Amino acid sequence: MVGAACALYAARAGHSVALVDRGAVAGGTTGAGEGNLLVSDKEPGPELELALLSSRLWSELTAEPGAAEAVEFEAKGGVVVASSAEGLAALEKFAVEQRHAGVDARAVTADELYDLEPELAPGMPGGVHYPQDAQVMPTLAAAHLVRLARAAGARLLTGAPVTEVLRSADGSVRGVRTGRGEIHAPAVVNAAGTWGGELAALAGVRLPVLPRRGFVLVTEPLPRLVRHKVYAADYVADVASDSAALQTSPVVEGTAAGPVLIGASRERVGFDRTFSLPVVRSLAAGAARLFPFLESVRVMRSYLGFRPYMPDHLPAIGPDARVPGLFHACGHEGAGIGLATGTGHLIAGALGGAGPDPALAPFRPDRFPEEAS
Amino acid sequence: MSRSPHEGADGGTACPSLAVIGAGPAGLAAALAAAVRGSRVTLIDAGAQAGGQFYRQPAEELGARRPQALHHQWRTWERLRDGLAAQIAAGRVTHLTDHHVWCVERLEETSGFLVHALHGPAQEEPSVVRADAVVLATGAYEKVLPFPGWTLPGVITAGGAQAMLKGGLVLQGRTAVVAGTGPLLLPVAAGLAAAGAEVAALVESAGAQGVARHARTFAVHPDKLVEGAGYVAELMRRRVRLKARHAVVEAQGDGALEAVSVAALDRDGRVVPGSEHVIACDTLAVGHGLLPHTDLAETLGCRLEGTAVAADDEQRTDVHGVWAAGEATGVGGAALSLAEGHIAGCSAAARLAGREPDPRAWEAAAKSRAKTRKFSTSLDAAFAPRAHWAEQVTDDTVVCRCEDVPASAIREAVGELGATDARTVKLLTRAGMGWCQGRMCGPAVAGLTGCEPVPSRRPFARPVPLGVLARAGEDLPDE
Repeated sequence: MVGAACALYAARAGHSVALVDRGAVAGGTTGAGEGNLLVSDKEPGPELELALLSSRLWSELTAEPGAAEAVEFEAKGGVVVASSAEGLAALEKFAVEQRHAGVDARAVTADELYDLEPELAPGMPGGVHYPQDAQVMPTLAAAHLVRLARAAGARLLTGAPVTEVLRSADGSVRGVRTGRGEIHAPAVVNAAGTWGGELAALAGVRLPVLPRRGFVLVTEPLPRLVRHKVYAADYVADVASDSAALQTSPVVEGTAAGPVLIGASRERVGFDRTFSLPVVRSLAAGAARLFPFLESVRVMRSYLGFRPYMPDHLPAIGPDARVPGLFHACGHEGAGIGLATGTGHLIAGALGGAGPDPALAPFRPDRFPEEAS
Repeated sequence: MSRSPHEGADGGTACPSLAVIGAGPAGLAAALAAAVRGSRVTLIDAGAQAGGQFYRQPAEELGARRPQALHHQWRTWERLRDGLAAQIAAGRVTHLTDHHVWCVERLEETSGFLVHALHGPAQEEPSVVRADAVVLATGAYEKVLPFPGWTLPGVITAGGAQAMLKGGLVLQGRTAVVAGTGPLLLPVAAGLAAAGAEVAALVESAGAQGVARHARTFAVHPDKLVEGAGYVAELMRRRVRLKARHAVVEAQGDGALEAVSVAALDRDGRVVPGSEHVIACDTLAVGHGLLPHTDLAETLGCRLEGTAVAADDEQRTDVHGVWAAGEATGVGGAALSLAEGHIAGCSAAARLAGREPDPRAWEAAAKSRAKTRKFSTSLDAAFAPRAHWAEQVTDDTVVCRCEDVPASAIREAVGELGATDARTVKLLTRAGMGWCQGRMCGPAVAGLTGCEPVPSRRPFARPVPLGVLARAGEDLPDE
């Protein structure tokens, strides 16, 4: 997704672009995502700035003819639910800070909450409504951006794993070698998602991208009973946590295609693809606490993915000072679909070489100490 | 939703417990072998009666007078049925019918397994069986490749036709064509004819010569040869047209099946231009072979070989405490399933009792297994689905029936977006995301994508109510 967005914005900025993937479009991190375009779960800071920029760019992109349908874009908004009075107070305080940063965050009373989500479990004291939160179907979104990029002149090369980053005598990047031949270019953008660290290593630099596993449950198709992306207030704390241990906090949302998606679990267990009944059991229990009607709804399947996790929860975006010509656009953890447009926009600007962009400073790829693990 | 008691669990006794999943030939053989050797067995099966697809019994209320007319090896079935009844009476086997297993969970802390099933009229009542070891005898399901018109009412699967014959006996007066490839087509055609349907043609895409080339293997397996020859003789007697190296290229009809278009195939499996001709019929039973049910095994982490569960000489998978037998380990028919099930049951009973099993105890079954495996390998070679079948699939042919995905969408995902695997095609097109989770369209999507069909991971072997999932395995009795 991020690579597709970089290719699109770079091609539209007039660069000659080759988009290279070892597999198919959306075959890696993107295909296992939920497609969240969220501002609600981000505290004020650089990531929220990027999310707000991305949100505007998504709105522009999906305003193009046919685009909203092609990517199943839904500006459904998010609703964060507090389960206790103390939780609500903390949530409202958080929302005030977000409002100062430019987020549309509306505190809602218990009554208003049930107007927004009539099927919610009774007894919730209130919450916060985030109209800017939206969703796309991630694979279709990546596919659509690839189509647009190709229309803008980008070349697509799938099934072509990068085996080497080619360097000139002075150390600068001069292209990549792939399973399908060499591509020569003065700039290489690393948008390899969870595998971004491996690609960086091919260029001789360290980028600490770690997999953080998540399971998603998918129900049978339903009429629209869950209208927003609804999650419990503890989700934000889990997202920001550094723990390797399992955390689950219920995130429930209906989709354009009918099924309800249920997340979200986080654990750092490497690239372990083993199914875990205890994890999905905990997801199911959390979802049923928010929406009791889900008890009798059938779960059709479950899938897992690996979020590209960085130690400080910020993505790596922009030029790598250690290798001239190398750029990174990865490490977005669970927000890569949403942050893709802003990332692509910033990368296109950086490729233009208009001097250091202050917006990129917090995302400097070489910000991590070399020896730390 | 009430919870049923945890059947089959009584940790207080010294007797080790074995859960056998599936009560077809493999599961029955495994359950009996293990029960006789001292294991306490819970036999868990989705059917209302034991027997599986091979020994499917007519519903009791139909009062069929001679159910054996449709069955081979009736005596073997009687032996299994009576053996099961005796073991149940002796309290060594608990038989859970109408139990649909959705997940087998390996307990990391206490060792052993929880078999999670659903039962009840709407299949939403949870039931959990705790066991020290598990035999997966989950059988196979039918592979059907799409062609224009295949979604018309009147087009059924060959296995579906067989199930109707064995279970319901209601095809009298129909005009049927049986088509596709594989050894299942012969008994289906013969069965339809015997049940009073007029079989207008048996259309087999394999060449008669291809089958004959493997006659040497057939020859060392006389009972199978006789079985096949018997069907052929029966079909000849009823003047059924046998059309080898032919394929149904289109099902035609206005709202329901009225006819099929049949074409000759060249040696490469391509349609011979101009050879198409129309055969009137109101029933088309079509099948392209069988695929092993591997969902439960995969979720447990068992290694697969191709599309089947990998098992060693004792029918053990590579996951400790999990055995697999029958079609789940590779499609080979009832005789192979019986042999594998017997070996799995003997091995599991010995190992659960802490003994190293002696393979001489199942020497006869091992011989039968070796012989039938060789035979089934030669059948696979003779009846491989024809190459180039995808060429007849028009762009508007629906490939995924659950999500209504036409062939054109799959071709676009491949051509325009570089999808080279079935998973990416699924994400781009929704093919395989619906109720059947790609069981029906998986091989077709793989074929149209141009990749090998690989089993897609389905953590839930069947849809499970969220409330059941949320409480799965809670409140187990103390042991």
